[in-house]
Amino acid sequence: MDFPFLTVIALSPIAAAILILLLPKERGENARMLALAAMLIGLLLSAYVYISFQSNLPSPDARWADTLAFVEEVAWIPSVGINYILGVDGLSATLVLLTSIVGLGGVLISWSIEDRPREFFAFFMLLVAGVQGVFVAVDGFLLFFFYELAVLPMYVMIVIWGWEKTREYASMKLTLYLLIGSFISFIAFLVLYFQLPDYSTAAAPTFDLRVWSEANFPLDLQRIWFMPLFLGFAVLAGVWPLHNWSPDGHVAAPTAVSMIHAGVLMKLGAYASLRMGIQILPEGTVYWMPFIIFLTLINVIYGSLIAMRQRDMKYLIGYSSVSHMGLVSMGFAAMNLNGFLGAGIQMVSHGIMTALFFSVVGMIYDRAHTRSMDELSGMMKALPWAMVAFVIGGLVSMGMPGLSGFVAEFPIFLGVWEGGSLNLVNTFAGLNPADFYPILAILSALGIIITAGYIMRAIGSVFFGDYDEHHWHDMRPLLAIDKATLVMFVVVLIVIGIFPSVIAPIVESGITPVVNRLQEAQLAYTADTTVLDTVHMAATNLIHWLGGA
Amino acid sequence: VLALVPELCLLVLAIVIIFYDRALKPAERRRLGVITGWGVLVVLLVTFGLWLFLNEPSNQPVLLWGGMIRHDLITLVFRVMFLVAALITALISTDTEELQYGEFYALILMSTIGFNLMAASGDLIMLYLSLETASIPLYLLAGYAKNTERSSEAGMKYFIYGAFASAVMLYGLSFIYGLTNQTNLIGVAQTITAQPDAPVLLASVLVIVGFGFKISAVPFHFWTPDVYEGAPAAVTGLVSTASKAAGFAVFLRVLTAGVFGTVEAAQEWWAMLVAMAIVTMTLGNLLAIWQTNIKRMLAYSSIAQAGYTLIGLVTLSVDGTGASMFYLLYYVFSNIAAFAVIILLSNLVKSDEISDMKGLSRRSPWLGLAMMFALLSLGGIPPTAGFFGKFFIFKAAVDVGLWWLALIGILNAFIALYYYLNVIKVMYLYRSDEDEVMIPVSRAAKVGLAIGMFGIFYLGVLAGPAFEWTRNAAEAFFVG
Repeated sequence: MDFPFLTVIALSPIAAAILILLLPKERGENARMLALAAMLIGLLLSAYVYISFQSNLPSPDARWADTLAFVEEVAWIPSVGINYILGVDGLSATLVLLTSIVGLGGVLISWSIEDRPREFFAFFMLLVAGVQGVFVAVDGFLLFFFYELAVLPMYVMIVIWGWEKTREYASMKLTLYLLIGSFISFIAFLVLYFQLPDYSTAAAPTFDLRVWSEANFPLDLQRIWFMPLFLGFAVLAGVWPLHNWSPDGHVAAPTAVSMIHAGVLMKLGAYASLRMGIQILPEGTVYWMPFIIFLTLINVIYGSLIAMRQRDMKYLIGYSSVSHMGLVSMGFAAMNLNGFLGAGIQMVSHGIMTALFFSVVGMIYDRAHTRSMDELSGMMKALPWAMVAFVIGGLVSMGMPGLSGFVAEFPIFLGVWEGGSLNLVNTFAGLNPADFYPILAILSALGIIITAGYIMRAIGSVFFGDYDEHHWHDMRPLLAIDKATLVMFVVVLIVIGIFPSVIAPIVESGITPVVNRLQEAQLAYTADTTVLDTVHMAATNLIHWLGGA
Repeated sequence: VLALVPELCLLVLAIVIIFYDRALKPAERRRLGVITGWGVLVVLLVTFGLWLFLNEPSNQPVLLWGGMIRHDLITLVFRVMFLVAALITALISTDTEELQYGEFYALILMSTIGFNLMAASGDLIMLYLSLETASIPLYLLAGYAKNTERSSEAGMKYFIYGAFASAVMLYGLSFIYGLTNQTNLIGVAQTITAQPDAPVLLASVLVIVGFGFKISAVPFHFWTPDVYEGAPAAVTGLVSTASKAAGFAVFLRVLTAGVFGTVEAAQEWWAMLVAMAIVTMTLGNLLAIWQTNIKRMLAYSSIAQAGYTLIGLVTLSVDGTGASMFYLLYYVFSNIAAFAVIILLSNLVKSDEISDMKGLSRRSPWLGLAMMFALLSLGGIPPTAGFFGKFFIFKAAVDVGLWWLALIGILNAFIALYYYLNVIKVMYLYRSDEDEVMIPVSRAAKVGLAIGMFGIFYLGVLAGPAFEWTRNAAEAFFVG
């Protein structure tokens, strides 16, 4: 058997967590070394996985099952069809690498944490393991397993190490939102499991997503269960109006957790809703996406307008995350190659950018003990590195060409514009994407202008202006380790911006099977059902079901 | 035949403990628990050894002693649960001074013998006798802390309720005997379908009252919170796990053998059981939310857990009953682990309020972690065992078409998360005034907790083999 790369990537943080907990109390500071080692191993392996995947890209018309690389398969609970199957496609290979980078940054940024470092790093490792696990899982059940594993440490970490003022409220809110979301998805998922076309006939039922990704569920089933399955995960991706947990959670969380949270965890939602919702139920996707795109538009515009209003830097970035994640979902809603490609790159770009923002804010807060834009001023003098990093992050956020934000956002707008050619009259509300997708593309591009507004304002008031030597007399300069973290993030953002070819082909190879499936669903789309028909269909389905009891 | 070797070993161990008690100086009394623990561990190994090497019990059920004992894999699964429960209970009670008496441990062992025989009984008479053998020591144990009023109250309450329930059950059993002129479960099942419906239903209801009391199902649950709160925490651990599992063991045996008639013939009691499952889950969870005492909270939570287990029961399928057994197995590990932490804490602070757990994660990080995982397991969050426990139950329910029952179960599991998370919040978020006071944890208690944690993670990560095991065992329910 080959070296189990993905198992090591996903499980080595858990091993590190156990080792960290076994450390004697007086050697608690060694925890960070162990955590760093685990993250470095993860980074090296995921870089290897990424590079070797890139050098051997699958052909565009391959089935999803054939695009998977590094597949590992071990029987787990065969009697109910649960198996330990790992594998990566182009998209997940990219996201695994992203998680490794942000995870490493998180460890470096919390290097000097003093309150119970052992527990902190142990929970942080569990969080990373959960996230990596979701990205590499090819078994639906395993995916949920890791998903829950990722949510739980968030709660504990925010409660213990979070910001005193809001942590209790925010952590409970976050946990309830995410658990309810995953619970709704899980119900939808189980319903589909029992309705899998060959559930009753096949020798053994299965949770293998490779089978699911080619299953053709009946049309009514797809249309009814797409929304719960997709939206349950989309809670984690911060789709309006289910985004409310996210800014509060960002603000209450300690810096490293905010980084993982906004940088990677929210992508988990987008990734899972793509993998479980869109890929499994293409006809449901085609039916509902013209509605969902309105939600994502609200995300983009409303998120940035609220961000405009914030005076607390963390809230500002929290709402800007909501706005940027809206672009990811909007890319999905475009239902074409450009949209998905942009969404995939945006996940990476936004992941690194937000991690950068949160680490800068964390550095400032550690030194100035405030995050209020009213109090901070002239920070450029004290923390020039932070200023440069923040400005670059800000430019990415505005979609400046030459940086990763442009590479990500441009295809999304292009994709939505191209959506004007989708002629799918939705009888539910008489919507036809052809009529309004181009308008939405223009409107959402306006979001960028608002983004420029709040980012400029933040930069102006925090970094420029008068520096009060007297007030900030105990300001410490950045540590070398902080600078290294910032440099790492900035380099990634610039490299993607200048050489999109390091990321675009691999992401494209990952999303092509999904897009192909959506194209088929679009071709097969029939608009001959009326509103009443759909309701009737739902009702018959329910009655049929009740009769089955 | 080697069928009863584990029980005989337990009996010998109990006698040894009583005599050994006399030979000890007061300062050495805590050795009693350790010895009991070792002894039970040996019995556990003997049980496994008999199964692995001598194929005893075998896959084929064997009727022994004129049909009194039915020796099969079900007996084995339940024996393992009871022995594990007794083992951990013995280990974690060693440090509580008022429990360091030989008879305390002997009583635990006696009631374990009773549990084992309950799970093995193949005859109505044996069923009743073993149920009493198990219960009477428990009444004594519940009132064992003689100088606390609440403990005496708990013992008395438990006894009165228990005696009443068992009298009602005996009344029902006498009906069954009168109707069929038989006491063997299989024999009863074969003749009872020919009987008129009304008396069979009456008898079934009366017997279910007895079982409902044992498993603390609503509406026979009223004793649970008071007894759980009043009894010494170690005893509560035993009552809430082993005793409940034993109740389910006989319930499963009687129901699947068809003593109440087949489901097709008697929809009434089946509908009643389904209703009982729903009410038990829902009421248990809703009441648990409001509790401020951790033992009372776990009492209501254990009522709710009985409700989930009942779902597996009412499916009356191999998968469902196997899932129920898996559920009980996980529950034994998780619940006793939770009680172990409570004991260690209350040895120090002498109270069981949830607010006393403030700052536990600082005072003793390992205890905090153990409690967290035990509660998460009870709440059903992966990677702990509870997740699979619930999953198997709900899947079995959907497979036989009871998807709405599974849905109610899932909704309930969600409600339950609230109060489990709340305790975790108290442990991790708040600080107490005694942050610096460490909680002493003896080696025996550490071993006990480690066994519990091992079970939680073993069943949570490698649930497959364990579920296969209980599922294979469950096939014996349906072999005539």
